[in-house]
Amino acid sequence: MSEPWEEEGPGTIKKFMYVNRKAPYGTIYALESLEVVLIAAAFEQDVSMAFLDDGVYQLKKGQDTQGIGMKNFSPTYRALEGYDVEKLYVEAESLAERGLSEDDLLVPVEVMGREALAELMDEQDVILSF
Amino acid sequence: MPIEAGGKTYETDEEGYLADLNDWNPDLATAMAKADGADLDENHWEVINFLREYYEEYQIAPAVRVLTKAIGKKLGPEKGNSKYLYELFPYGPAKQACKYAGLPKPTGCV
Repeated sequence: MSEPWEEEGPGTIKKFMYVNRKAPYGTIYALESLEVVLIAAAFEQDVSMAFLDDGVYQLKKGQDTQGIGMKNFSPTYRALEGYDVEKLYVEAESLAERGLSEDDLLVPVEVMGREALAELMDEQDVILSF
Repeated sequence: MPIEAGGKTYETDEEGYLADLNDWNPDLATAMAKADGADLDENHWEVINFLREYYEEYQIAPAVRVLTKAIGKKLGPEKGNSKYLYELFPYGPAKQACKYAGLPKPTGCV
């Protein structure tokens, strides 16, 4: 009863970046992105996630979804490390424009400027935008 | 298919996962195991309780690879390996143990 990743070699490793630009609730994008990342983590690619624009709110500490009757899935971002998804990039400008700082985020991230993040995007093989 | 335990009936989805994880109790896990023809011993409970704690903390059921690694970290390498976990849960450690733990089917399981 072996799993696919136990049988196959590593193959070609590509750089995948998941770009998150939307607030966590109100649309399904944030949750869908997170689920795709968790599923795709099994394929042992070089995965990173970027948080820009309202997407930075996805990582905001202290989310309380009781009022909107939705599940608060923000604790799941803390599980990413266990899935070997450790590269989380947050755009500095997006944080600053919203009055947020790194201390407001619920997981360790790398904050980087818009230009540096654009360069990083250039290096990717695959970009998935949510 | 609803499942009965301790004189009460609980809703499940079509694959037997508990509809509302707040309904969970140990008797329910025992009843689910019995329906699969299995008896739960302390080693099973160790994994089931671990999964409930994992869900409580991260709000997801872990993929089998992640479960195996996390069990190894917490309970030692003799338990954090596929062989040990598949012996306990022959239908797939993540899938079957999550079911008994009242969790949804792990994300990424088909």
